[in-house]
Amino acid sequence: MSPVSSPSRRRRTSLVALALGSSIALAACGGGGFEENGSDEPASSGDGPATLQVLIGSSGDAETKAVEDAAAAWAEESGNEVEVIVANDLAQQLSQGFAGGNPPDLFYVDAGVFGDYAEAGNLYPYMDQLADADDFYPNLVDSFTLDGEAYCAPKDFSTLALQINTESWKKAGLTDADIPTTWDDLQAVAQKLTTPDQAGLVLGIGRDRVGAFLVQNGGFWVDGEAGEATATEETNAEALEYVQGMLEGGEAVLAPDVDAGWGGEAFGTQKAAMTIEGNWIRGAMENDYPDVDYTVAELPEGPAGKGTLLFTQCWGIAADSENQEAAVSFVEAMTTPEQQLTNADAFGVMPSREAAQADYVEQFPEDAPFIAGGDYGQGPVNLPGLGPVVADLDSQLEQLKTADVDEILESFQKNAEAELQ
Amino acid sequence: MSRPRSIRRGQALAGWTFVSPTLVVLGLFLAVPVLMALWVSFTDWNGRGSPFASGIGFVGADNYRELVGEQGGLTRSDFMTSLRNNFFYVLLVVPLQTAFALFLALVLNQRMLRAVGFFRTAFYFPSVVSSVAISLVFLFLFSGGGVVNSMLDAIGVDGPTWFNDSRGLLHLVGDGLGLWNASDPPGALADNGVLGLSWWAWLSGPSVALSVIIMLVIWTTAGTFMLMFLAALQDLPLEVEEAARIDGAGRWGVFRNVTLPHLKPTMLLVTTLGLIGTWQVFDQVYVMTQGGPGKSTLTPAYLSYAYAFENQKWGIAAAMAFVLFLIIFAMTSFQRFLFRDKDAIATKRAAKRTKRDRARVTAGGAA
Repeated sequence: MSPVSSPSRRRRTSLVALALGSSIALAACGGGGFEENGSDEPASSGDGPATLQVLIGSSGDAETKAVEDAAAAWAEESGNEVEVIVANDLAQQLSQGFAGGNPPDLFYVDAGVFGDYAEAGNLYPYMDQLADADDFYPNLVDSFTLDGEAYCAPKDFSTLALQINTESWKKAGLTDADIPTTWDDLQAVAQKLTTPDQAGLVLGIGRDRVGAFLVQNGGFWVDGEAGEATATEETNAEALEYVQGMLEGGEAVLAPDVDAGWGGEAFGTQKAAMTIEGNWIRGAMENDYPDVDYTVAELPEGPAGKGTLLFTQCWGIAADSENQEAAVSFVEAMTTPEQQLTNADAFGVMPSREAAQADYVEQFPEDAPFIAGGDYGQGPVNLPGLGPVVADLDSQLEQLKTADVDEILESFQKNAEAELQ
Repeated sequence: MSRPRSIRRGQALAGWTFVSPTLVVLGLFLAVPVLMALWVSFTDWNGRGSPFASGIGFVGADNYRELVGEQGGLTRSDFMTSLRNNFFYVLLVVPLQTAFALFLALVLNQRMLRAVGFFRTAFYFPSVVSSVAISLVFLFLFSGGGVVNSMLDAIGVDGPTWFNDSRGLLHLVGDGLGLWNASDPPGALADNGVLGLSWWAWLSGPSVALSVIIMLVIWTTAGTFMLMFLAALQDLPLEVEEAARIDGAGRWGVFRNVTLPHLKPTMLLVTTLGLIGTWQVFDQVYVMTQGGPGKSTLTPAYLSYAYAFENQKWGIAAAMAFVLFLIIFAMTSFQRFLFRDKDAIATKRAAKRTKRDRARVTAGGAA
């Protein structure tokens, strides 16, 4: 027998040591605790002035500065402190905060992920404590409502509208009176605008563009209020077939077919005479394609009337925050009509309060078609757990030109139902 | 039986003290996270608070059943699609990058070559540059109207829209050879399938978009493996090669019978590292395609990330990671088995037999 322990025994000892160390560490991790923070609970507030952490997914320096200035003003007035953090990867940083039990007090929540966050209990519902909460566009509030409870205040929004290349429009002999107001009109002008070098209409791929046609036909992928998938309704198939018809006819193309990343790129490089994009296209046109003249019109009406898609984010307050009272007061300050108009001026977003609409249109008359969508737009699919399902839908819609429309809708319906049951 | 107190007694304690910092660090950053992830893969944790808190439901193997079982639905077909993509990716990348690296190393090992330092740096360069930067460059090179397509255009070839092209290469090749019509796949393949994908989908081969990533990865990693081959080649004594020459071996003979056997351990290292690395491909997908077009560049590592961080399905994401681990483990073990040193095993066996025989003889003698 050797004086030191044998190799196998040594290995066993080290394993035991490792296991011991691990279990201690695991126990430490488990000590974090988990408190139910239901909606009935009053807003938490610490003693004395609060220090709020605000995590934002900023579109650029202009937005960062606007938020920082507004936060500083609120901090001064309320006697609290605010730290604005610009996220590199909002979803990942938030996940870390939620898992660690110390999320930022306030953060941006996109309507598309709202359902997952709310379902997991990460969000503190505060709409009932907010002053003038019924002044927000109802369609926006619906985007942040789960099981009948409105969670958070929409910070601003965007909608889709139709952009028209002025030069191509004139060249095709079209006038202001020809701006399409029905599906037939749209198809007709798209055909007139189509030349060997230019498609009439370019669409970005995925549900976030063709979805508008579903809304115009009175349908949508899901019914958010009832929490059900409604993709297989006949109206949806009709809408997709209408778009498919235009793609087959050649008067419409999908952005990748003309080697563009999105509709705005194809429109800016004049590969298409019209596109359907949101108000973010303004910045892109100004910076990348300043020489292209264009006008913006509301999307044409479908058989069921007007319809467009809304994109929005809200001010989420963490369920685990210790400063919820201060955070609600912060949101109030950030969503006043005045502050929203300041933001609109600084980084081109549209106010989420109806009270600001008239002033906004006065300041930015050319954006009237976009903000009009606030009244009749439809928010994104926001039911919890549907992320992979809508991703699958997008991937199938890539082949919309040749795909079997009913098959796409049926597979979405099946997958969504499996997830929602 | 009492043991004499050894003067080495204190050494064990000292040894443990010396290794304890490493053990703690390894345990904290390796063992604990792995064990936590394993636990998460058996729960329905939604990403809020600690996964060990009281409210977290233990769901047994449900997450794993979602991935491979009948009830998996979309999750299963997503996961199987990602495995298929990654399989074709590994199948092409590992042999090609190994061959390419070996070729580069052999070129650099020529004694006649001038400016070896320059070439070595040039070949190694792609491995040093950040993969994100290279990915971005490739995005521009392979855009529909990019440099590559312009060059193809110049020689009269109408290039594909690379990153927007989800057609599988095997589908295309079969179509080209007249075996089938890719837009109207044979019913026997399209209507039947296994694990949520049709046979037609399983046999697609890498998509055009995925093959761009394959080219990129071969080009960037070959440099690293070239260095390993080069180091091994420089260990090969000149005399051995000369002796083989004198024995009448030609250039090919020397390569086949002297150089390659000498490189066997390095070959094992390179293919093992390649196998592990390629099954975990993530950054190129994250930067360039996010799994598109048509899910044809989805890989398990990226899918796991997307399920966790974008969809809060942490349990399933963790289960994916462990299935991926099992695949890598199995494939690496199989590879080690293929590369096993048959001579060494025979020698070992022979030694054991001798020992056993001798023991029997001694025992017999004592009786």
